[in-house]
Formats: sequence, structure tokens, C-alpha cells
Amino acid sequence: MHTFAELMIVLIILLDMALAVTGSLSSCIRLVAAQGVVAGLLPLLAAGGATHTRALVFAAVIITLKGVVFPWLLLRARDRSGARKDVEPLISYPASILLCLGAFIASSWLGSRLPLPESGVAWTVPASLATIFTGFLLITTRSKAITQVLGYLVIENGIYIFGLALFVEQPMLVELAILLDVFVAVFVMGIAIFHISREFDHIDTAELSELNDWRRGEYGK
Amino acid sequence: MILPLLLLPFCAGLLAFIVREDRLRRGLLVWTSRMHFFFTALQVWGQLSGIHGFTPLQALQGGAAPAWFAFDALGLLFLGITSLLFLGASHYASYYLAAEKRDPGEDAEGLFVFNNAPEAVFTGCLLLFLAAMTAVTASRHMGLLWAAVEATTLLSAPLIYFHRHKRSLEATWKYLLICSVGIALALMGNMFLGAAGLKAGGGLELGGLLAGAGGLDKPLLKAAFLFLFVGYGTKMGLSPFHTWLPDAHSEAPAVVSALLSGALLNCAFLGILRVNSVCAAAGLADFTGGILALFGLFSVVTAALFMLGQRDYKRMLAYSSIEHMGILSLGAGLGGAAMFGALLGALSHSLAKAGLFFTSGNVLAAEKTKRISEVRGLWRRAPRTAALWLAGFFLITGLPPSGVFLSKFLILRETFERGQYWLAGTLLFFLAVLFAGMAKVFISMVFGPREEKEGGKPFTEPGAMLLPALLFFLLVIGLGLYLPAWLGGLLDAAAGGGL
Repeated sequence: MHTFAELMIVLIILLDMALAVTGSLSSCIRLVAAQGVVAGLLPLLAAGGATHTRALVFAAVIITLKGVVFPWLLLRARDRSGARKDVEPLISYPASILLCLGAFIASSWLGSRLPLPESGVAWTVPASLATIFTGFLLITTRSKAITQVLGYLVIENGIYIFGLALFVEQPMLVELAILLDVFVAVFVMGIAIFHISREFDHIDTAELSELNDWRRGEYGK
Repeated sequence: MILPLLLLPFCAGLLAFIVREDRLRRGLLVWTSRMHFFFTALQVWGQLSGIHGFTPLQALQGGAAPAWFAFDALGLLFLGITSLLFLGASHYASYYLAAEKRDPGEDAEGLFVFNNAPEAVFTGCLLLFLAAMTAVTASRHMGLLWAAVEATTLLSAPLIYFHRHKRSLEATWKYLLICSVGIALALMGNMFLGAAGLKAGGGLELGGLLAGAGGLDKPLLKAAFLFLFVGYGTKMGLSPFHTWLPDAHSEAPAVVSALLSGALLNCAFLGILRVNSVCAAAGLADFTGGILALFGLFSVVTAALFMLGQRDYKRMLAYSSIEHMGILSLGAGLGGAAMFGALLGALSHSLAKAGLFFTSGNVLAAEKTKRISEVRGLWRRAPRTAALWLAGFFLITGLPPSGVFLSKFLILRETFERGQYWLAGTLLFFLAVLFAGMAKVFISMVFGPREEKEGGKPFTEPGAMLLPALLFFLLVIGLGLYLPAWLGGLLDAAAGGGL
């Protein structure tokens, strides 16, 4: 079964690369959802045949949230905001994928150096670190509010995989509380995007720059 | 008594969403805060005197009974601060909401009448926010602590967006995104912390971690501290992760700014203190102390630089919060008597800053602008507000007698005793810069020559909105003059436990 789990890890990394080059907003949302589903399946595959009901229930909750609820919320926010259909990156796509590849190489190096407990599934730590980095890349180099939420979700996916690699078992209650928080975060951000699009007629965060200390413009005269 | 403390604001918060009558809802807010304060006082009294039914403080230090929700001295102190602040804030808020209903605030820049969020949502989120902060102070499990801190972020975001305005929306978005990503890093820190304890067999329960601290994997523990420090430090407003803070504090309604500055930042500080105590127990006190002190000092320097040439008086207060958070972090990093000073500083800063933010709301109501340059001769228009504004300035900059002065003095004395003269010198210099920068602003606002605007209506100061600030200021002065034995004991226990 481990070979199958390793295939999933490869899939996660490929999804990171795909996110770095995808221009269409709705494809991005679907890619993030796919990555969430794959991440949700990982613990079941890594455990081999012996799965507890707890793990099954938890995986089901994660897959429903990340695979169904989040994409639905975000696609709705996108439609409501009447935004353009592409992600409008601030850097070119080749630069994005080069950064992503660089991040993967750096994470492989870092993953081999970190004094972590031996994981049964190869490449889990590098994949999680690369995913976290991809999330940051999405937040910093894409100009739309919605891609920033996507970046946040990708970071969350990465941290989840990282937790799997480290065998950190948290009590069920804590895991559920964390998921609830992520859910509410996406929900509140979705509402905020809706308001931003209504106030500003677009969801370009570059326009969210009236508040600062140094500009001597109309606000600070 | 923990359950009622958590459930009371939670249920009241849910109830506030469905109550239609404004007066009833405001009553609910005020009475919930009073009950919460009563329960808190009972909890503090019960645990300090060790009466039957309450866990005495020592029981938790040994890590005997793993409990997810329990109050140790540190949690109890921060619970007290939060509850007291919320008590003042709820009274202020009930008058504030009534005033906003009668006369929605006018925006000086855009001549734009605020289209305020529905009051039910505001009140509900305010109460749920209290529930989340109570959960932060009660959490003895690092995972739960994380979830509670993230919940405070999400519940306070709608509060910042109360004035449905472009600028408050921008502030809300920055707050939401920067803090959520920051807190995500803290989650990563939790993972490292769990991995560090894998061999020792501890989970993320604080008692277990402290008891088995010797067996934790050191490099992983260091990584855990760094991630948790950056994560909770973002929430606490330590420079250079503070960028959301001035925006959120300046755009939120005064009562929300007061709660953010006085209660929320402390909750994040509590998160750092928790992991710091684990690291100290594992013998990493030098490593963590150095980082805390370095970023603390850097925050003070940043605040001082941004204080000069500040044009917005609420932003100025926000930078003052960054300064104080820096001092708290510095105190915690030095340890010993400075830790005691830092905790005393957390208490007195919360009260003084909340009072100042309450007063800033009154200044805004009187002058209809947040620009410093347009507020002159405040004492002619609103003498009582002006007196409070000036008093708050003296307290927050640490002139004696006040708790703020005492805390800064203790921390400075500790740096001298350790022989770290360069640190003491830098701190003193930038505190002087901050004092000068703030003095210029406050004095010109209160005294400067006043130009009467045409058609200006005379302003009547609502006494009920001045009272919370007045009481908080009196408490801060009281702290500087006399520290009751029980409070001293609580601070001592908290400083010892959180060393």
C-alpha cells in the first residue's frame, strides 16, 4: 500500500506545480480542492489495511469540507464578485514555476536534514514544505483576494501533510476544532470578498492600499 | 466553574443574534459581562484561597492531572484582565451603540455617513469573542489553545468591519489574512512540538509537556518555538509582523480597538508564554529569552520611529500598543523580576490603553475626525474628555505613579542588574523618543488654538461613556501606589509558572 501512498505524494507535488502555472481562477479552485482530497486520503493509505473508524470518519469530514464545501463557497464568491476569470499574477508563469521548482529542491534538502522521526512514506516532508511554499507564492504573487484565500488553503493542506509525516496525533476534539476554524475562516473570507467586490467593484487587493503611514495623499494632508 | 465561564458568553452570543429588541440586546450584553466578571472573581478568589470545589494553583504545576481546560496562575491573571476589560467595554458599547443608532458617525474624509453593520451581529460577535478569549486563557492543551486563538481572529473580524466603509473593509481583510496565515505557522509550530515529544511520549497537553520537558528533542523544540513565536507574535503585534495592527486599530470602533489592544494582544502573548515555559523547563531559556528580548526591543524601536510624524491619533495609540507589547516581550525574555514586571505591565497597559481608546471614541464623536492636525483646543469643546485624554497620556507613557511606570521600572532595573547597559540605554532612549512624540500630539490636541468650525453644534459629553475610562485610569494609578497582597501573590505565581 505504501507505493500507492507515495504516488499520492507525487500527485500532491504535481498539483503544486499545476497551481503555479494555472491561469484560470476556477481551475485553481478545483486544483486546491483536489489537493485537499488527496491530502485527506493520505492517512488511510499510509496506515495500510488497518484503519480505525476514527480515521475513516475524520477523512470523510476532511474530504467533504475540502473537496465539496470550500470549492462551492469559493466558486460562489467568484461568481458573485463578477471578477475576471484569470488569476492576474504579478510575476510571469515561468517565474512562478521556477520558484516552485526551487522551493521543491530546497525542501528536499531541508527534509533530509531535519532530525525528524523516520516516516514510512518517502518524500512526505519535502512535499509538505513545498506545498506550504506554494501557498505563500499564491498569496504574495497573485493580486486577487480570492487567490489569497486559495493560498491560505494550500498552506493549510501543507501543514496537514506535515502533521501526518511527523505522526503528531492530536485528540479528535482538537482536530475537529482546527477544521472548524479553517471552515469558518474560509466562510468569513468569502463574505469579506463579497463585500470587497461590492465596495470596490473588483477584488484586486492592490487597491486595498489606502491605509498606511507614509503616503501624503488625500488621506494624510 | 470553568464551564459557566465558557458557556455563558457563548450562549449569550448565540442569543444576541436572534433578539430583535435593541434595548434587550444591550441589556444582555451588559448583564453577560457582569455575570462573567462575577464568575471570574469567584474563580480567582476560590483558587487563591483554595476553598473546596476549586483546583488550588499548585495542583497544576506538577502536571498530575491532565486537564484540557483548567486555570493556572497565568491563565487566571489573563482571564481577570480580559473579563475586567470586557466589563468596561460592554458598558461603553451599550451607550455607544445607542448613540450610533441615533446619529450614525460621519466620515470626515468622504462626507459619508457610516452604514453600520446590524447591531445584532455586532453584539453577537462581541460576546462570542469573549467566549473565545476565555477559552484561550483556560486552555491547557496547545492544540486547543491554537484553535481558540484562531477563533478570536475570526470572531473579531466582523467587529472591525462595523462601519461598513472601504477603509474598514481594507483593515478587516488585512487583519483576517495576515493573522490567519500567521496563526497557520503557529499550527506548524504545534506539529514540531508534538514531534519533539514523540520519544518522550507526551502529547500537546501542557502539564505533560512541562513534566517531561527534559526528554523533549531539543532541535525540534527550538523549531517549534520559532514557529509558535512568529505565529502568535503576528497576532500580538510584535514588529516586524505588526503590519495589520495599526490599520485594524484605527478603523475599528473605539470599543473594539480597546478590546483588541487590551485583551486580544494579551491572549496571543499568553500563547508565547506557554511555549516559552515549556522551553525553559527543557533548558532552552537562554535561546528563547534572547529571541523574545531581541524582537521586543525591535518593536519598541519600530513604534518609536512610526510615532514621530503620526497623523492619526488612533494609529498613534496602535503604535503605542506595539511599543508595550515589545516591552512585555522584552520583560518575558529577561525573566526573573522582569517577568513579574511584564505581567504587571500586561495588566496596567490593558487598563490604560482601553481607557485611552474609549476616550478616543469620545474625541472622535466631538470632533468628527481622526486627524491630529484638525483637533485643536479640545478642552474648550469637551473639557472632561480632554482631561481624561491628557491623564491617559501621562499613564501610558509611564509617568509615576502608575502600574505602567512600575512595570517599566522593574524591567529596566533587571537589565541594569544583569549588566546589560547597552540594552537599557537603547530602551531608555527610545522610550524618551516615544514620550516626546506622544507629548507633542496630546498637548497640541488638548491645548492648541481652536478654530471654531462654522455651524458647529455644541457638544455634550455623555458621562456614561467617560466613566469606564475614568475607572480604568484610577485602577492603573492605584496599581502604582499599592499592590494588594493577593494580586502580588497571583503575579508572583504567574511569573514563576511562566518563567
